[in-house]
Amino acid sequence: MASIGKIARRTFLIGSAAIVGGVAFGVYYVRRPAPNPLEPAEGEAALNPFVLIDRQGVTLFAPRAEMGQGVKTTWAALIAEELDVELDQVRVLHGPAAAAYYNSAMIGEGLPNKGYDISDFQHNVGQALGEIGKVLSLHVTGGSTSMKDGFERMREAGATARETLKEAAAQRLGVDRASLTTVAGKVVAPDGTEIPYPELAEAAAQIDPPEATLRDPGQWRYLGKHVPRVDMVGKSTGTAEFGIDVRLPEMKFASVRMNPRLGGGMKGFDASAAEAMPGVETVVDLDGGVAVIASNTWLAMQAVDAIEVEWDEAPYPPETDALFERIAAAFDTDANSTMRDDGDVSTLPEGATEITAEYRLPYLAHATMEPMNGTAIYSGGRVEFWGGNQAPTFTRDKIAETAGLDSDAVDVHTTYMGGGFGRRGEFDFAVIAAKVAMAVPGTPVQTTWSREEDMRHDFYRPGAMARMRGAVKDGKAVLLDGQIAAQSALFQAMGRLGVPSGGPDKVLVEGAFNQPYAIPNYRIRGHVADLAVPVGFWRSVGNSFNGFFHDTFLDEMAHLAGVDPLEFRLEHMKTEHPPSAGCLEAVRDMSGWTGKTPDDVGRGVGFTYSFGTPVAQIIEVVDEDSTIRISKAWIACDMGLALDPGTVEAQMVSGMVYGLSAACFGEITYAGGEVEQGNFPDYEVLRMHTAPVTEVRVLETNRHMGGAGEPGTPPAMPALGNALFDLTGRRARTLPLNREFDLLI
Amino acid sequence: MPTSLTINGSSHTVDLPDEVPLLWVLRDEIGLTGTKFGCGVAACGACTVQIDGEAVRSCQVALGDVWGEVTTIEGLGTPDAMNKIQQAWVEHQVAQCGYCQSGQIMQAAALLAENPSPSDDEIDEAMAGNLCRCGTYPRIRAAIHTAAGNLKEA
Repeated sequence: MASIGKIARRTFLIGSAAIVGGVAFGVYYVRRPAPNPLEPAEGEAALNPFVLIDRQGVTLFAPRAEMGQGVKTTWAALIAEELDVELDQVRVLHGPAAAAYYNSAMIGEGLPNKGYDISDFQHNVGQALGEIGKVLSLHVTGGSTSMKDGFERMREAGATARETLKEAAAQRLGVDRASLTTVAGKVVAPDGTEIPYPELAEAAAQIDPPEATLRDPGQWRYLGKHVPRVDMVGKSTGTAEFGIDVRLPEMKFASVRMNPRLGGGMKGFDASAAEAMPGVETVVDLDGGVAVIASNTWLAMQAVDAIEVEWDEAPYPPETDALFERIAAAFDTDANSTMRDDGDVSTLPEGATEITAEYRLPYLAHATMEPMNGTAIYSGGRVEFWGGNQAPTFTRDKIAETAGLDSDAVDVHTTYMGGGFGRRGEFDFAVIAAKVAMAVPGTPVQTTWSREEDMRHDFYRPGAMARMRGAVKDGKAVLLDGQIAAQSALFQAMGRLGVPSGGPDKVLVEGAFNQPYAIPNYRIRGHVADLAVPVGFWRSVGNSFNGFFHDTFLDEMAHLAGVDPLEFRLEHMKTEHPPSAGCLEAVRDMSGWTGKTPDDVGRGVGFTYSFGTPVAQIIEVVDEDSTIRISKAWIACDMGLALDPGTVEAQMVSGMVYGLSAACFGEITYAGGEVEQGNFPDYEVLRMHTAPVTEVRVLETNRHMGGAGEPGTPPAMPALGNALFDLTGRRARTLPLNREFDLLI
Repeated sequence: MPTSLTINGSSHTVDLPDEVPLLWVLRDEIGLTGTKFGCGVAACGACTVQIDGEAVRSCQVALGDVWGEVTTIEGLGTPDAMNKIQQAWVEHQVAQCGYCQSGQIMQAAALLAENPSPSDDEIDEAMAGNLCRCGTYPRIRAAIHTAAGNLKEA
């Protein structure tokens, strides 16, 4: 948590650019509710620098992790829309770790409501609660929250800056501010005089920012349209800097090996062979692992592999089956939550037909394309860190804790991320990089994990089980009673941050308790399995398993009821949540769904409401000489407001492909306490020839803006399973599907 | 023993054991970081470069075995002077996280040099070894078709 002292220092750091001839604008000016910025609650707001103008030009700050989702561009577009600057004429930077860059949307997401049914009042409560993010220094990217978070705040930041610059111009020209306009980074006077923003920056810094009203959406130039991404040229020319690309003078390269029995300690090691290998400079005892610092990364990897280590045992049952026995045992414990309890599920309605099913899903790795890495230098009682991360303030504080320093003594530089998917919301890789650098004070060291180290030391998507009981009568669902059992990724992640947690874990049941179906007797309970396997947030989190459980079971209920599975879902949804029904109707129409397919073709529908966005998908599979290929897909989502439809489309396809990869091939298993999979040959993912041809429709009827980065993932898994059922008559109640089906690789 | 290499038309001499893979010579010695490390076992394609025009996985080519002139993503074009394939990548807004795209582009460049008008199936076959966890495959395929058209016009 940020102290007042830290706030003051950070203010100066950002503000120093203003002092040397520029001005930093922030929503502090917009929301300044009291004059003293060093009042703790207000002081946090004093740290809101999103627009910086100096003599060199305009810099916008987009302090969200750019891990592929396009946030850097759309965040900057929100500011640029009101500031009247051209995105190709400004710099867009991530900025430092700062409480000022708190995520105002994330905490509101934790309210115990279903999301789709919230009133405007509840929506506002969520926004108000989001201010707690400031107090917690919640500088985090995740939960598909960035646009909900930035939509108002960033336009306000841009508008306030614009009006302040106009006021500076008005004073210089001796005219009324209202007579001035702005375009492309310039203030324009009625006589045609143009003054570029940089010439007004110093004067603007002396002006108390005036009130600014936000523009009507009808005037938007950027928002609602696809804006070319600011990172696209860099990423097409190999010049975008990822964490692994950071190069510093005299830098050394390291690699690491931690106990493969995750969380276990280290009894001892013998590095004599490694120390004699070419390029090796230093062997580092990491207390639970070892690292080698060498002249290049590959030499470091060879040497660290040559160290003989005696590891301690794993603090969890060492075999996969034993882990799932523990997960199943959680069903017999008191429910951690009953987030939905409509009607009475204890009695089977008269004349109804009952169905039960048990599902089991594996642990999953994130497998970002860029393996975990971090670069750090330790000198003079300070640590400077460079790397991709989704949580800069937590990264900073954990490095400080590791080095025995105050958070003020740590600087975090956030680079582009070669994928995040939740993995880079952790800070283990940053802490390891800092520890390695501390072994050679004054020398910058980049620590890169091998792919095997990355895959075997993840914070996995929890393995999960569901026991579902349902009943249908007269073609309709009359009862649905679901139990979910898994480790709590939320509780574990909070524990790593040192934040006590407890109570109902909404994340454990999201994607099951909050689905927009009108079923009169409807209960969802969550059971927490107490295991020490490291688990974390994997793209769409609880929805990634609950989407499969809930939607596959609905498909089973539809078949039992003898109703077309798409129409079955629609029937229960159309009055409960029309935007969700609209998504189903859209994919029905796009795909020409008839409920009937040729013998060698199967189609399945999947639906999940998550992160405020309903997403329906239809997946088509074809049997080609007994090998099954995923041929086509149709996706419809309702974003409420799609700030960049091109980016939303890309995220929907991306989320679906990520989900299909997991559904087809993804599985982390354990033997002797160690993860068995190590590299892509053991952890296959979709490729160009195995990914479907996809059509996307982005709808905008939902009342509140939804997220984009994750909601495409959950429905992909049931949609594919349902398609395989349509094709083969075999119902998949476990994943991955390549265990039971001969899928094209 | 020092080894000489020609990379993107320039000569470089490095003093490293022969078995060090070209990938790490490029990244950690020469400072050409556009070529990425993804798996180290030729299973992802992120490290794809060309040797004498042939697409190879640089994580599996030992320094001592480099048989010709090396071209990396930096040698294909620069932000101010992009190659037509890179231009097509920008036109189609292909990249998401972007980490795999250097390898994708180098693989696509080798394909188009050999086959100026690839079909979807031919593209799929040529690109099958290049993974993308963001799932940008449809846009990659579209960009390759656009680049093929633009290269023919040139």
